Amino acid sequence: MRTNTLARRGVGAMTPVVVVAVLVSAVCVLPLVVIAAAAMDAGPGEAIASLLRPRVGELLRNTTLLVIVTTSACIALGVGGAWLVERTDLPGARWWRIALVAPLAVPAFVNAYAWVSLRPSLTGLGGAALITTLSYTPFVFLPVAALLRGLDNAWEDTARSLGLGPWRTFARIVLPQVRPAILGGGLLVALHLLAEFGVLALIRFPTFTTAILEQYEAAFDTSAGAVLAVALMALTAIVLTGERFARGRRSHARIGAGVKRRVQPAPLRKWRVPTLLALTAYVALSLGVPGYSLVHWLGRDGAPILSTDLVTALASTLGLALAAGLLTTAAALPVAFLLHHHRTPLTETIERVTYLASSLPGVVVALALVTLAIRWIGPLYQTSLLLVIAYAILFIPRAMVSIRAALAHAPSGLMEASRSLGVGPWQTARRVLLPLILPGLLSGFALVFLATCVELTATLLLAPTGTTTLATGFWAASDSLDYAAAAPYALAMILVSAPLTWLIMTREAKDPS
Amino acid sequence: MTELLVRDVVASHGPTTVLHGVDLDVAAGSTTAILGPSGCGKTTLLRVVAGFHRPDAGTVTLGGQTVVAPGVVIAPESRGIGYVAQEGALFPHLSVAQNVGFGLSGRDRGREARVAELLDLVGLPREVGRRRPDQLSGGQQQRVALARALARRPRIVLLDEPFSSLDAGLRTSTRRAVADALAAEGVTVLLVTHDQDEALSFADQIVVMEAGHVRQVGTPQQVYAAPSDRATAAFLGDLVTLVGTCSDGVVECALGRLPTLCAAGGQVEVALRPEQVILGPAIDGRAVGTVLRSDYFGHDVLVHTQLEDGSTVLARVTGSVDLPEPGQRVGVHVTGPVLAYPLV
Repeated sequence: MRTNTLARRGVGAMTPVVVVAVLVSAVCVLPLVVIAAAAMDAGPGEAIASLLRPRVGELLRNTTLLVIVTTSACIALGVGGAWLVERTDLPGARWWRIALVAPLAVPAFVNAYAWVSLRPSLTGLGGAALITTLSYTPFVFLPVAALLRGLDNAWEDTARSLGLGPWRTFARIVLPQVRPAILGGGLLVALHLLAEFGVLALIRFPTFTTAILEQYEAAFDTSAGAVLAVALMALTAIVLTGERFARGRRSHARIGAGVKRRVQPAPLRKWRVPTLLALTAYVALSLGVPGYSLVHWLGRDGAPILSTDLVTALASTLGLALAAGLLTTAAALPVAFLLHHHRTPLTETIERVTYLASSLPGVVVALALVTLAIRWIGPLYQTSLLLVIAYAILFIPRAMVSIRAALAHAPSGLMEASRSLGVGPWQTARRVLLPLILPGLLSGFALVFLATCVELTATLLLAPTGTTTLATGFWAASDSLDYAAAAPYALAMILVSAPLTWLIMTREAKDPS
Repeated sequence: MTELLVRDVVASHGPTTVLHGVDLDVAAGSTTAILGPSGCGKTTLLRVVAGFHRPDAGTVTLGGQTVVAPGVVIAPESRGIGYVAQEGALFPHLSVAQNVGFGLSGRDRGREARVAELLDLVGLPREVGRRRPDQLSGGQQQRVALARALARRPRIVLLDEPFSSLDAGLRTSTRRAVADALAAEGVTVLLVTHDQDEALSFADQIVVMEAGHVRQVGTPQQVYAAPSDRATAAFLGDLVTLVGTCSDGVVECALGRLPTLCAAGGQVEVALRPEQVILGPAIDGRAVGTVLRSDYFGHDVLVHTQLEDGSTVLARVTGSVDLPEPGQRVGVHVTGPVLAYPLV
């Protein structure tokens, strides 16, 4: 109510912000429109005919199976791990928590390279599901563990006082309350799977995403790829709707209210040793294998660890990441500000559009921008600017999350206090708003920066000829089975990703929402 | 002279109208409290005056300057107001001294001296200026917020429930300190509160609001002793109500024949304050009742007594006297005129 009034009064000052926000969401929604238009190139009859080919049926089956198997496995492992770490007397829980998040620092396609380079026979659904599960389980573990840690323990205490044991309390009281976190994590896993290219290309398990890239690379034909992209967008829409539907309207969890007391941990007793063994085996697979593989390949066959190619790739990666971080943060700020202080039907539409567009797989966004550049805005084709715009569309939610959290620390009351002291709207933004949200802006920038450093799919499609990033340099080497040459790039990406993982871990620990 | 003049202000939150044509006059140098239950529109009215909420209709004049009128909206920073929010709204990234000096221009040569003077005024030691807002207690934060609001010598200070987030003991002392500082500055004050004690003890003029309308305006004594309607009466303090008949300035009810200021005739609801009820020995000629129970508050006691017709009256007696036991028969006597409202 009150935030609304701030905006109503300041309509004049707000107009430029609204214009920028509308522009940002228009750019975000552009890929959807372009792909739909490109798919209709040869007429609707032709588009439908090419969708009904047996090949599409196979892609659909593969993609769907992979999403179902991996998402289920990630949920089972992520929830189980979170419960063990947060709610039992597991020895060394702190260290296990770090070990279960750490796989985030290894990009999934680097993980796939680690496995395939050691076990070339690993292919098909089994291999794809194994590697993606090991890479994506943290997406479920993190939010569920954070929610469990912040959950009001009064319900659990009450359930115990009513005679429920720790296991039944977890199943009947805790599980329903962490459902939003499970669904959110599961959604993230499913969206990543739909977008995954590197892992599935290395493991030779064709899905829509890998097929779109192959089609494009084979024929530079964007319209055949566009039809597949439409199918992929439809799958994305189904996943998003499914999550919305499963989530329902109720929100259960009450977090962080009142005095936090430590919940009596459930004793593992005779399960202690088997649990520790299982966790050790899991960590050996998710961290041990990539670590061993990297050590195995680094410097092998006389390949230099630090080459000029690597330094060049590192430099262009950092340059692109810097540009993407700045552009994305700058684009997210007005949208986040409007959503926080100016909720109207228009801003809510902007929110939904941005959210939907940024859920699109990277390959769809990249294909759309290629199509757009080739057909309508030639001068942009093969430029770094187009690539940076693609990064911004893909990563704007990451910046939004940080900035929106930061805006919560700058309530409208502070802005009003400043205005009442004779300070105008722009000066208020500079003297009050900016200092308060600066940490959020920086963390949003960092998240986008680091995500850009390990982005593969869109970079493969959009990077100007002659521009090699860490990801594409790595890809060129491992694609030609030169695993030793790929290792330094893999190491560089892990070193770059480590701070990202750290940032996410500390942020989750502070802010469970 | 009238410092603040509000005429026919209509304001809404989305589809809900929260102010239905409100008028308000605040004399220069006076203290006015807007009192009402939550949701009555009192905070919206304050925000209209401050410039944080644009009304749908009506005019607002501050010190002779029209700040809201059809086609005119002066921005809050140009209204010459001081504003203290419910929880102070101190800027968390600035020190106390920087907060107090926030509205002063950077080149002000007397800036530092003014900040020190303001800290003195609100009764805070000058060393506090170096601290961060989160190192202060709630009461200290409110004093800093007031010092900050007074820094630019505003023509009016707007206080939005400034004491409601403080606990009881701190509330009284902070209220005292704020009242002293405001009196020392001689500034016009508009306070919004839902706390009757706070409004009655703080203000020269009380504006009682309910459901977006002003119900009554008067001095604290006027509104407490002669509330314009039953809802206002009940909102301002504990109320004893009985059914009676009224004629020629006298009501007839279970407590006997009592004088009233009310002119209504026929069946009425008789209302009086518990402190008007005096308990004594049960003697002939007085209403008699049986004590049900007592609510003990230390400084005073509310004694619930059932009269012979079954109705219950409350009596406020000082806590130091011997309390009547439950079941004891007592005589019930009333002092002062009582209120009477038409039965609904």
